[in-house]
Amino acid sequence: MTKKTFAYFPGCSLEKMAESYHLSTVEIARVMGMELKELEDWNCCGATAYFHVDELLAHTLCARNLAMAEKEGLDLVAPCSGCYKNMHACNAHLKKDHDLADHINFALEEDNLRYDGKIKVHHLIEVFSEDLKEVKAKATNPLTGLKVAPYYGCQILRPRKFEHENVEEPRYFEDLMTAIGATPVDFLLRLRCCGAALIITNRQAALSMVRNLLQNALDSGADVIATACPLCQVNLECYQDQVNAEFGTKYSVPVFYFTQLMGLSMGIPAKRLGIGTEFLSPPAAMLAACRKAAAV
Amino acid sequence: MATTVTFSQEIGNLLHAAGGTPVSACMQCGTCSGTCPVGDFMDVRPQRLIRMIDAGFKDKVMATRAFWYCASCYQCTVRCPRGIDIAELMYGLKRYTIWKNQYPEDLIGPAFSETFVKNIVRTGRSYEPVLATSYFFTLGLKEMLSEAQNATMLMLKGRLPVLPARIKRLENFKRMIKRIIPIGD
Ligand code: SF4
Ligand code: SF4
Ligand code: SF4
Ligand code: SF4
Repeated sequence: MTKKTFAYFPGCSLEKMAESYHLSTVEIARVMGMELKELEDWNCCGATAYFHVDELLAHTLCARNLAMAEKEGLDLVAPCSGCYKNMHACNAHLKKDHDLADHINFALEEDNLRYDGKIKVHHLIEVFSEDLKEVKAKATNPLTGLKVAPYYGCQILRPRKFEHENVEEPRYFEDLMTAIGATPVDFLLRLRCCGAALIITNRQAALSMVRNLLQNALDSGADVIATACPLCQVNLECYQDQVNAEFGTKYSVPVFYFTQLMGLSMGIPAKRLGIGTEFLSPPAAMLAACRKAAAV
Repeated sequence: MATTVTFSQEIGNLLHAAGGTPVSACMQCGTCSGTCPVGDFMDVRPQRLIRMIDAGFKDKVMATRAFWYCASCYQCTVRCPRGIDIAELMYGLKRYTIWKNQYPEDLIGPAFSETFVKNIVRTGRSYEPVLATSYFFTLGLKEMLSEAQNATMLMLKGRLPVLPARIKRLENFKRMIKRIIPIGD
Protein backbone atom coordinates (compact mmCIF):
# COMPACT_ATOMS: atom_id res chain seq x y z
CA MET A 1 0.00 0.00 0.00
CA THR A 2 1.29 3.46 -0.81
CA LYS A 3 1.90 5.79 2.05
CA LYS A 4 -0.76 8.46 2.44
CA THR A 5 0.64 11.97 2.61
CA PHE A 6 -1.24 15.12 3.58
CA ALA A 7 -0.47 18.78 4.07
CA TYR A 8 -1.13 19.24 7.78
CA PHE A 9 -2.65 22.49 9.06
CA PRO A 10 -2.40 22.44 12.87
CA GLY A 11 -4.13 25.80 13.51
CA CYS A 12 -3.36 28.31 16.26
CA SER A 13 -4.93 26.39 19.13
CA LEU A 14 -2.78 23.32 18.59
CA GLU A 15 0.43 25.30 19.01
CA LYS A 16 0.06 25.53 22.75
CA MET A 17 -3.40 25.37 24.27
CA ALA A 18 -4.20 22.09 22.56
CA GLU A 19 -0.65 20.86 22.12
CA SER A 20 -1.73 17.43 23.36
CA TYR A 21 -3.98 17.15 20.30
CA HIS A 22 -1.01 17.94 18.07
CA LEU A 23 1.38 15.54 19.84
CA SER A 24 -1.07 12.66 19.80
CA THR A 25 -1.90 13.30 16.14
CA VAL A 26 1.75 13.12 15.12
CA GLU A 27 2.23 9.91 17.13
CA ILE A 28 -0.72 8.00 15.73
CA ALA A 29 -0.06 9.17 12.16
CA ARG A 30 3.39 7.60 12.46
CA VAL A 31 1.96 4.28 13.66
CA MET A 32 -0.68 4.37 10.91
CA GLY A 33 2.01 4.94 8.29
CA MET A 34 0.58 8.29 7.30
CA GLU A 35 2.77 11.27 6.53
CA LEU A 36 1.60 14.65 7.80
CA LYS A 37 3.75 17.40 6.33
CA GLU A 38 3.11 20.56 8.32
CA LEU A 39 2.12 23.33 5.95
CA GLU A 40 5.07 25.66 5.74
CA ASP A 41 4.29 29.18 7.08
CA TRP A 42 0.53 28.61 7.44
CA ASN A 43 -1.59 31.51 8.73
CA CYS A 44 -4.67 31.63 10.95
CA CYS A 45 -7.82 30.70 9.08
CA GLY A 46 -9.71 33.60 10.67
CA ALA A 47 -11.92 31.48 12.96
CA THR A 48 -15.46 32.82 13.17
CA ALA A 49 -14.31 36.31 14.05
CA TYR A 50 -13.01 37.23 10.64
CA PHE A 51 -16.29 36.32 8.98
CA HIS A 52 -18.00 38.71 11.39
CA VAL A 53 -15.97 41.58 10.01
CA ASP A 54 -15.01 41.02 6.38
CA GLU A 55 -15.88 38.05 4.23
CA LEU A 56 -13.52 38.72 1.34
CA LEU A 57 -10.47 39.02 3.52
CA ALA A 58 -11.56 35.97 5.52
CA HIS A 59 -11.58 33.92 2.31
CA THR A 60 -8.20 35.35 1.32
CA LEU A 61 -6.67 34.13 4.58
CA CYS A 62 -7.98 30.61 3.99
CA ALA A 63 -6.98 30.69 0.33
CA ARG A 64 -3.34 31.37 1.20
CA ASN A 65 -3.25 28.07 3.09
CA LEU A 66 -5.00 26.22 0.27
CA ALA A 67 -2.50 27.65 -2.24
CA MET A 68 0.47 26.49 -0.17
CA ALA A 69 -0.95 22.95 0.03
CA GLU A 70 -1.64 22.94 -3.69
CA LYS A 71 1.95 23.97 -4.34
CA GLU A 72 3.03 20.81 -2.50
CA GLY A 73 0.53 18.81 -4.53
CA LEU A 74 -1.19 17.59 -1.35
CA ASP A 75 -4.70 17.55 0.09
CA LEU A 76 -5.08 19.53 3.29
CA VAL A 77 -6.00 18.01 6.64
CA ALA A 78 -7.07 20.04 9.68
CA PRO A 79 -7.60 18.77 13.25
CA CYS A 80 -9.63 21.84 14.35
CA SER A 81 -13.27 21.73 13.29
CA GLY A 82 -13.36 25.51 12.87
CA CYS A 83 -10.33 25.54 10.58
CA TYR A 84 -11.73 22.58 8.65
CA LYS A 85 -15.08 24.24 8.11
CA ASN A 86 -13.58 27.56 7.04
CA MET A 87 -11.12 26.11 4.58
CA HIS A 88 -13.62 23.63 3.23
CA ALA A 89 -16.14 26.42 2.61
CA CYS A 90 -13.51 28.67 1.08
CA ASN A 91 -12.41 25.87 -1.24
CA ALA A 92 -16.00 25.31 -2.40
CA HIS A 93 -16.54 29.05 -2.99
CA LEU A 94 -13.34 29.44 -4.98
CA LYS A 95 -14.10 26.45 -7.18
CA LYS A 96 -17.53 27.87 -7.98
CA ASP A 97 -16.92 31.60 -8.20
CA HIS A 98 -14.18 32.44 -10.69
CA ASP A 99 -14.39 36.19 -10.15
CA LEU A 100 -13.76 35.66 -6.46
CA ALA A 101 -10.88 33.32 -7.29
CA ASP A 102 -9.35 35.89 -9.66
CA HIS A 103 -9.62 38.63 -7.07
CA ILE A 104 -8.01 36.51 -4.40
CA ASN A 105 -5.31 35.23 -6.73
CA PHE A 106 -4.41 38.84 -7.47
CA ALA A 107 -3.77 39.30 -3.73
CA LEU A 108 -1.92 35.98 -3.40
CA GLU A 109 0.62 37.18 -6.00
CA GLU A 110 2.16 39.26 -3.24
CA ASP A 111 3.28 36.03 -1.62
CA ASN A 112 4.13 34.37 -4.95
CA LEU A 113 1.18 32.04 -4.58
CA ARG A 114 -1.82 31.11 -6.67
CA TYR A 115 -4.71 28.73 -6.11
CA ASP A 116 -6.33 26.75 -8.91
CA GLY A 117 -8.82 24.71 -6.93
CA LYS A 118 -7.01 21.42 -7.29
CA ILE A 119 -7.00 20.10 -3.73
CA LYS A 120 -9.45 18.72 -1.19
CA VAL A 121 -9.81 19.63 2.48
CA HIS A 122 -10.33 16.93 5.13
CA HIS A 123 -10.94 16.83 8.85
CA LEU A 124 -8.40 14.73 10.71
CA ILE A 125 -11.00 12.31 12.07
CA GLU A 126 -12.17 11.59 8.53
CA VAL A 127 -8.77 10.35 7.35
CA PHE A 128 -8.45 7.92 10.26
CA SER A 129 -12.08 6.75 10.05
CA GLU A 130 -11.55 5.76 6.45
CA ASP A 131 -9.17 3.01 7.48
CA LEU A 132 -10.89 1.25 10.37
CA LYS A 133 -9.31 -2.09 9.56
CA GLU A 134 -5.85 -0.63 9.92
CA VAL A 135 -6.84 1.18 13.14
CA LYS A 136 -8.09 -2.08 14.58
CA ALA A 137 -4.94 -3.92 13.58
CA LYS A 138 -2.76 -1.31 15.30
CA ALA A 139 -4.85 -1.20 18.48
CA THR A 140 -2.77 -3.77 20.34
CA ASN A 141 -3.63 -2.21 23.72
CA PRO A 142 -7.44 -1.96 23.32
CA LEU A 143 -9.34 0.34 25.69
CA THR A 144 -11.57 -2.43 26.99
CA GLY A 145 -14.28 -1.27 29.35
CA LEU A 146 -13.87 2.44 28.60
CA LYS A 147 -17.24 4.06 27.97
CA VAL A 148 -16.83 6.97 25.59
CA ALA A 149 -19.27 9.72 24.65
CA PRO A 150 -18.21 10.66 21.10
CA TYR A 151 -18.77 14.38 20.72
CA TYR A 152 -19.03 15.52 17.11
CA GLY A 153 -20.01 19.11 17.86
CA CYS A 154 -21.02 21.23 14.91
CA GLN A 155 -18.54 22.27 12.32
CA ILE A 156 -17.29 18.81 11.31
CA LEU A 157 -20.76 18.05 10.02
CA ARG A 158 -22.37 21.42 9.51
CA PRO A 159 -22.90 23.08 7.20
CA ARG A 160 -23.15 20.01 5.01
CA LYS A 161 -19.88 19.52 3.13
CA PHE A 162 -20.90 16.83 0.63
CA GLU A 163 -24.27 16.41 -0.97
CA HIS A 164 -25.08 13.02 0.51
CA GLU A 165 -23.36 13.46 3.81
CA ASN A 166 -25.38 12.15 6.74
CA VAL A 167 -25.43 15.19 9.00
CA GLU A 168 -28.16 13.92 11.32
CA GLU A 169 -27.10 10.32 12.05
CA PRO A 170 -23.35 10.00 11.58
CA ARG A 171 -21.64 6.86 12.92
CA TYR A 172 -17.97 7.20 12.12
CA PHE A 173 -16.89 8.53 15.52
CA GLU A 174 -18.64 5.62 17.25
CA ASP A 175 -17.10 3.15 14.79
CA LEU A 176 -13.66 4.57 15.41
CA MET A 177 -14.09 4.17 19.17
CA THR A 178 -15.26 0.59 18.69
CA ALA A 179 -12.21 -0.11 16.54
CA ILE A 180 -9.90 0.81 19.44
CA GLY A 181 -11.75 -1.49 21.82
CA ALA A 182 -13.71 1.20 23.69
CA THR A 183 -17.49 1.22 24.07
CA PRO A 184 -19.27 4.20 22.50
CA VAL A 185 -22.37 5.15 24.50
CA ASP A 186 -25.59 6.56 23.06
CA PHE A 187 -24.79 10.21 23.54
CA LEU A 188 -27.98 11.98 22.53
CA LEU A 189 -26.53 15.49 22.35
CA ARG A 190 -23.41 14.46 20.42
CA LEU A 191 -24.24 16.87 17.56
CA ARG A 192 -25.38 19.74 19.76
CA CYS A 193 -23.28 22.91 19.86
CA CYS A 194 -21.13 23.66 22.93
CA GLY A 195 -21.57 27.40 22.62
CA ALA A 196 -18.31 28.15 20.83
CA ALA A 197 -17.13 31.74 21.26
CA LEU A 198 -20.23 32.52 23.32
CA ILE A 199 -18.12 31.37 26.27
CA ILE A 200 -16.59 34.83 25.94
CA THR A 201 -19.32 36.87 24.32
CA ASN A 202 -22.35 35.44 26.16
CA ARG A 203 -21.08 33.51 29.17
CA GLN A 204 -24.49 32.60 30.56
CA ALA A 205 -25.74 31.02 27.37
CA ALA A 206 -22.54 29.06 26.83
CA LEU A 207 -22.37 27.73 30.38
CA SER A 208 -25.90 26.45 30.15
CA MET A 209 -25.09 24.74 26.84
CA VAL A 210 -22.01 23.11 28.36
CA ARG A 211 -24.04 21.98 31.35
CA ASN A 212 -26.60 20.25 29.12
CA LEU A 213 -23.84 18.38 27.34
CA LEU A 214 -22.11 17.27 30.54
CA GLN A 215 -25.37 16.11 32.08
CA ASN A 216 -26.31 14.20 28.96
CA ALA A 217 -22.89 12.53 28.77
CA LEU A 218 -23.25 11.39 32.37
CA ASP A 219 -26.82 10.20 31.79
CA SER A 220 -25.57 8.10 28.91
CA GLY A 221 -23.12 6.38 31.26
CA ALA A 222 -19.90 7.79 29.79
CA ASP A 223 -16.57 7.73 31.65
CA VAL A 224 -15.07 10.24 29.27
CA ILE A 225 -16.05 12.59 26.45
CA ALA A 226 -13.99 12.32 23.26
CA THR A 227 -13.65 15.40 21.06
CA ALA A 228 -12.23 16.19 17.65
CA CYS A 229 -11.83 19.95 18.09
CA PRO A 230 -9.68 22.11 20.40
CA LEU A 231 -12.50 24.56 21.07
CA CYS A 232 -14.97 21.86 22.01
CA GLN A 233 -12.30 20.46 24.33
CA VAL A 234 -11.66 23.75 26.13
CA ASN A 235 -15.32 24.67 26.46
CA LEU A 236 -16.29 21.26 27.81
CA GLU A 237 -13.34 20.67 30.09
CA CYS A 238 -11.95 23.98 31.30
CA TYR A 239 -15.27 25.60 32.22
CA GLN A 240 -16.66 22.83 34.42
CA ASP A 241 -15.78 24.80 37.58
CA GLN A 242 -17.73 27.76 36.26
CA VAL A 243 -20.66 25.54 35.34
CA ASN A 244 -20.63 24.08 38.84
CA ALA A 245 -20.51 27.54 40.43
CA GLU A 246 -23.34 28.77 38.24
CA PHE A 247 -25.71 25.83 38.61
CA GLY A 248 -24.67 24.29 41.93
CA THR A 249 -23.65 21.08 40.16
CA LYS A 250 -20.65 18.81 40.79
CA TYR A 251 -19.48 17.85 37.33
CA SER A 252 -16.05 16.38 36.85
CA VAL A 253 -16.17 14.74 33.44
CA PRO A 254 -12.82 14.09 31.74
CA VAL A 255 -12.58 15.29 28.14
CA PHE A 256 -9.89 13.90 25.81
CA TYR A 257 -9.04 14.10 22.12
CA PHE A 258 -9.95 11.04 20.05
CA THR A 259 -6.29 10.96 18.99
CA GLN A 260 -5.17 10.54 22.60
CA LEU A 261 -7.51 7.57 22.99
CA MET A 262 -6.30 6.09 19.70
CA GLY A 263 -2.69 6.59 20.77
CA LEU A 264 -3.25 4.78 24.06
CA SER A 265 -4.85 1.88 22.23
CA MET A 266 -1.72 1.67 20.10
CA GLY A 267 0.41 1.34 23.19
CA ILE A 268 2.01 4.78 22.95
CA PRO A 269 3.13 6.06 26.38
CA ALA A 270 0.75 8.63 27.91
CA LYS A 271 3.33 11.40 28.11
CA ARG A 272 3.97 11.34 24.38
CA LEU A 273 0.22 11.82 23.85
CA GLY A 274 0.13 14.92 26.02
CA ILE A 275 -1.82 13.10 28.73
CA GLY A 276 -1.13 14.98 31.97
CA THR A 277 -1.92 18.48 30.69
CA GLU A 278 -5.67 18.14 31.23
CA PHE A 279 -7.63 19.77 34.08
CA LEU A 280 -9.51 16.58 34.98
CA SER A 281 -7.63 13.30 35.28
CA PRO A 282 -8.37 10.24 33.16
CA PRO A 283 -10.93 7.64 34.35
CA ALA A 284 -9.84 4.23 35.70
CA ALA A 285 -10.14 2.30 32.44
CA MET A 286 -7.89 4.86 30.74
CA LEU A 287 -5.34 4.75 33.55
CA ALA A 288 -5.15 0.98 33.22
CA ALA A 289 -4.37 1.41 29.51
CA CYS A 290 -1.78 4.08 30.40
CA ARG A 291 0.00 1.61 32.70
CA LYS A 292 0.03 -1.08 30.05
CA ALA A 293 1.33 1.36 27.46
CA ALA A 294 4.17 2.39 29.77
CA ALA A 295 5.08 -1.27 30.30
CA VAL A 296 5.47 -2.00 26.58
CA MET B 1 -34.84 54.96 -13.29
CA ALA B 2 -33.43 55.10 -9.81
CA THR B 3 -34.58 52.31 -7.55
CA THR B 4 -34.22 52.20 -3.83
CA VAL B 5 -33.11 48.89 -2.41
CA THR B 6 -35.34 47.77 0.45
CA PHE B 7 -33.87 46.46 3.69
CA SER B 8 -35.10 42.98 2.90
CA GLN B 9 -33.37 43.12 -0.51
CA GLU B 10 -30.19 44.40 1.06
CA ILE B 11 -30.14 41.48 3.48
CA GLY B 12 -31.17 39.17 0.65
CA ASN B 13 -28.07 40.25 -1.23
CA LEU B 14 -25.92 39.28 1.70
CA LEU B 15 -27.42 35.81 1.39
CA HIS B 16 -27.02 35.63 -2.35
CA ALA B 17 -23.33 36.18 -1.87
CA ALA B 18 -23.26 33.03 0.23
CA GLY B 19 -25.40 31.17 -2.30
CA GLY B 20 -28.48 30.81 -0.10
CA THR B 21 -32.21 31.12 -0.76
CA PRO B 22 -33.68 34.60 -0.12
CA VAL B 23 -35.56 35.15 3.13
CA SER B 24 -38.80 35.75 1.23
CA ALA B 25 -38.92 31.97 0.66
CA CYS B 26 -39.44 31.41 4.40
CA MET B 27 -42.70 29.63 5.19
CA GLN B 28 -42.53 30.41 8.92
CA CYS B 29 -42.47 26.75 9.90
CA GLY B 30 -40.45 27.45 13.05
CA THR B 31 -37.90 24.67 12.54
CA CYS B 32 -35.00 27.11 12.95
CA SER B 33 -36.28 28.50 16.25
CA GLY B 34 -37.12 25.05 17.54
CA THR B 35 -33.71 23.66 16.74
CA CYS B 36 -31.56 26.60 17.87
CA PRO B 37 -29.53 25.76 20.99
CA VAL B 38 -29.23 29.46 21.90
CA GLY B 39 -32.88 30.28 21.30
CA ASP B 40 -33.70 30.66 24.99
CA PHE B 41 -31.10 33.41 25.28
CA MET B 42 -32.08 35.38 22.20
CA ASP B 43 -34.33 38.43 22.43
CA VAL B 44 -35.82 37.43 19.07
CA ARG B 45 -35.67 33.84 17.81
CA PRO B 46 -34.53 33.09 14.24
CA GLN B 47 -38.00 32.47 12.79
CA ARG B 48 -39.26 35.84 13.98
CA LEU B 49 -36.07 37.62 13.01
CA ILE B 50 -36.54 36.37 9.47
CA ARG B 51 -40.13 37.56 9.44
CA MET B 52 -38.97 40.99 10.65
CA ILE B 53 -36.38 41.23 7.88
CA ASP B 54 -38.90 40.19 5.28
CA ALA B 55 -41.30 42.84 6.55
CA GLY B 56 -38.55 45.46 6.28
CA PHE B 57 -38.41 46.34 10.00
CA LYS B 58 -34.87 47.60 9.72
CA ASP B 59 -34.65 49.56 12.97
CA LYS B 60 -36.08 46.71 14.98
CA VAL B 61 -33.72 44.20 13.40
CA MET B 62 -30.71 46.44 13.99
CA ALA B 63 -31.65 46.80 17.65
CA THR B 64 -31.81 43.07 18.38
CA ARG B 65 -28.95 41.12 19.88
CA ALA B 66 -30.11 37.76 18.57
CA PHE B 67 -27.58 37.44 15.76
CA TRP B 68 -24.69 38.41 18.02
CA TYR B 69 -25.72 35.49 20.23
CA CYS B 70 -25.72 33.05 17.32
CA ALA B 71 -23.02 30.41 17.86
CA SER B 72 -22.76 29.61 14.13
CA CYS B 73 -23.64 25.97 14.74
CA TYR B 74 -25.53 25.65 11.41
CA GLN B 75 -28.21 23.43 12.95
CA CYS B 76 -30.93 25.72 11.55
CA THR B 77 -29.25 25.83 8.14
CA VAL B 78 -29.15 22.07 7.63
CA ARG B 79 -32.77 21.70 8.75
CA CYS B 80 -34.55 24.58 7.03
CA PRO B 81 -37.01 23.00 4.57
CA ARG B 82 -36.65 26.01 2.27
CA GLY B 83 -32.87 25.91 2.07
CA ILE B 84 -32.38 29.29 3.70
CA ASP B 85 -28.86 29.56 5.07
CA ILE B 86 -29.86 31.12 8.39
CA ALA B 87 -26.43 30.79 9.99
CA GLU B 88 -24.83 32.70 7.10
CA LEU B 89 -27.60 35.25 7.42
CA MET B 90 -26.61 35.77 11.06
CA TYR B 91 -23.01 36.30 9.94
CA GLY B 92 -24.27 38.74 7.34
CA LEU B 93 -26.21 40.70 9.95
CA LYS B 94 -23.15 40.88 12.20
CA ARG B 95 -21.11 42.32 9.34
CA TYR B 96 -23.94 44.66 8.44
CA THR B 97 -24.14 46.16 11.94
CA ILE B 98 -20.36 46.52 12.21
CA TRP B 99 -20.31 48.18 8.82
CA LYS B 100 -23.10 50.57 9.88
CA ASN B 101 -21.49 50.92 13.29
CA GLN B 102 -24.84 50.21 14.90
CA TYR B 103 -25.05 47.66 17.67
CA PRO B 104 -25.96 47.73 21.36
CA GLU B 105 -22.91 49.13 23.12
CA ASP B 106 -22.68 46.57 25.90
CA LEU B 107 -22.24 43.64 23.50
CA ILE B 108 -18.88 41.90 23.80
CA GLY B 109 -19.10 40.19 20.42
CA PRO B 110 -18.17 43.08 18.08
CA ALA B 111 -15.14 44.21 20.11
CA PHE B 112 -13.99 40.63 20.50
CA SER B 113 -14.17 39.96 16.77
CA GLU B 114 -12.38 43.19 15.93
CA THR B 115 -9.52 42.48 18.34
CA PHE B 116 -9.19 39.01 16.91
CA VAL B 117 -9.00 40.41 13.40
CA LYS B 118 -6.43 43.08 14.27
CA ASN B 119 -4.28 40.41 15.80
CA ILE B 120 -4.33 38.22 12.70
CA VAL B 121 -3.56 41.12 10.39
CA ARG B 122 -0.59 42.05 12.57
CA THR B 123 0.95 38.60 12.98
CA GLY B 124 -0.78 36.12 10.69
CA ARG B 125 -1.69 34.06 13.75
CA SER B 126 -4.03 34.42 16.67
CA TYR B 127 -2.61 34.76 20.17
CA GLU B 128 -4.84 33.65 23.00
CA PRO B 129 -3.49 35.78 25.90
CA VAL B 130 -3.91 38.98 23.87
CA LEU B 131 -7.46 37.96 23.21
CA ALA B 132 -8.08 37.25 26.84
CA THR B 133 -6.84 40.62 28.06
CA SER B 134 -8.68 42.56 25.39
CA TYR B 135 -12.07 41.43 26.56
CA PHE B 136 -11.08 40.92 30.18
CA PHE B 137 -12.25 44.31 31.43
CA THR B 138 -15.57 44.09 29.66
CA LEU B 139 -16.48 41.09 31.79
CA GLY B 140 -18.25 41.28 35.12
CA LEU B 141 -16.24 40.67 38.30
CA LYS B 142 -17.33 37.06 38.60
CA GLU B 143 -16.38 36.22 35.03
CA MET B 144 -13.14 38.12 35.41
CA LEU B 145 -12.10 36.00 38.37
CA SER B 146 -13.06 32.77 36.69
CA GLU B 147 -11.12 33.76 33.56
CA ALA B 148 -8.06 34.49 35.69
CA GLN B 149 -8.48 31.13 37.39
CA ASN B 150 -8.62 29.36 34.04
CA ALA B 151 -5.60 31.24 32.73
CA THR B 152 -3.58 30.25 35.80
CA MET B 153 -4.60 26.64 35.40
CA LEU B 154 -3.71 26.64 31.69
CA MET B 155 -0.34 28.17 32.52
CA LEU B 156 0.38 25.56 35.20
CA LYS B 157 -0.46 22.86 32.70
CA GLY B 158 1.87 24.42 30.14
CA ARG B 159 -0.99 25.31 27.83
CA LEU B 160 -0.41 29.05 27.43
CA PRO B 161 2.05 30.44 24.90
CA VAL B 162 4.68 32.82 26.25
CA LEU B 163 5.34 34.67 23.03
CA PRO B 164 2.91 35.49 20.28
CA ALA B 165 3.45 33.37 17.18
CA ARG B 166 3.92 35.06 13.85
CA ILE B 167 4.25 33.80 10.33
CA LYS B 168 7.58 34.07 8.51
CA ARG B 169 6.58 35.88 5.34
CA LEU B 170 4.71 38.55 7.27
CA GLU B 171 5.64 41.37 4.88
CA ASN B 172 4.20 39.50 1.91
CA PHE B 173 1.16 38.65 4.00
CA LYS B 174 0.53 42.30 4.82
CA ARG B 175 0.92 43.33 1.18
CA MET B 176 -1.51 40.56 0.26
CA ILE B 177 -4.07 42.05 2.63
CA LYS B 178 -3.52 45.49 1.14
CA ARG B 179 -4.48 44.18 -2.28
CA ILE B 180 -7.86 43.27 -0.81
CA ILE B 181 -8.29 46.36 1.35
CA PRO B 182 -6.16 49.09 -0.22
CA ILE B 183 -5.17 51.25 2.71
CA GLY B 184 -1.97 53.08 3.66
CA ASP B 185 0.31 52.13 6.53
S1 SF4 C 1 -10.10 28.37 13.80
FE1 SF4 C 1 -9.02 28.83 15.58
S2 SF4 C 1 -7.43 27.39 15.67
FE2 SF4 C 1 -8.18 27.32 13.66
S3 SF4 C 1 -6.64 28.68 12.67
FE3 SF4 C 1 -8.43 29.78 13.21
S4 SF4 C 1 -8.01 30.73 15.13
FE4 SF4 C 1 -6.55 29.21 14.73
S1 SF4 D 1 -19.16 22.18 19.32
FE1 SF4 D 1 -18.45 24.15 19.87
S2 SF4 D 1 -16.28 24.31 19.43
FE2 SF4 D 1 -17.09 22.47 18.54
S3 SF4 D 1 -17.55 23.01 16.51
FE3 SF4 D 1 -19.42 23.40 17.62
S4 SF4 D 1 -19.31 25.42 18.35
FE4 SF4 D 1 -17.29 24.87 17.63
S1 SF4 E 1 -36.71 26.85 9.18
FE1 SF4 E 1 -36.58 28.01 7.29
S2 SF4 E 1 -38.65 28.11 6.50
FE2 SF4 E 1 -38.78 27.45 8.65
S3 SF4 E 1 -39.11 29.36 9.77
FE3 SF4 E 1 -36.92 28.98 9.75
S4 SF4 E 1 -36.19 30.08 7.95
FE4 SF4 E 1 -38.39 29.91 7.75
S1 SF4 F 1 -26.57 28.79 13.62
FE1 SF4 F 1 -27.13 30.33 15.10
S2 SF4 F 1 -29.29 30.67 14.76
FE2 SF4 F 1 -28.79 28.77 13.75
S3 SF4 F 1 -29.28 27.21 15.23
FE3 SF4 F 1 -27.12 27.70 15.49
S4 SF4 F 1 -27.05 29.27 17.05
FE4 SF4 F 1 -29.16 29.14 16.34
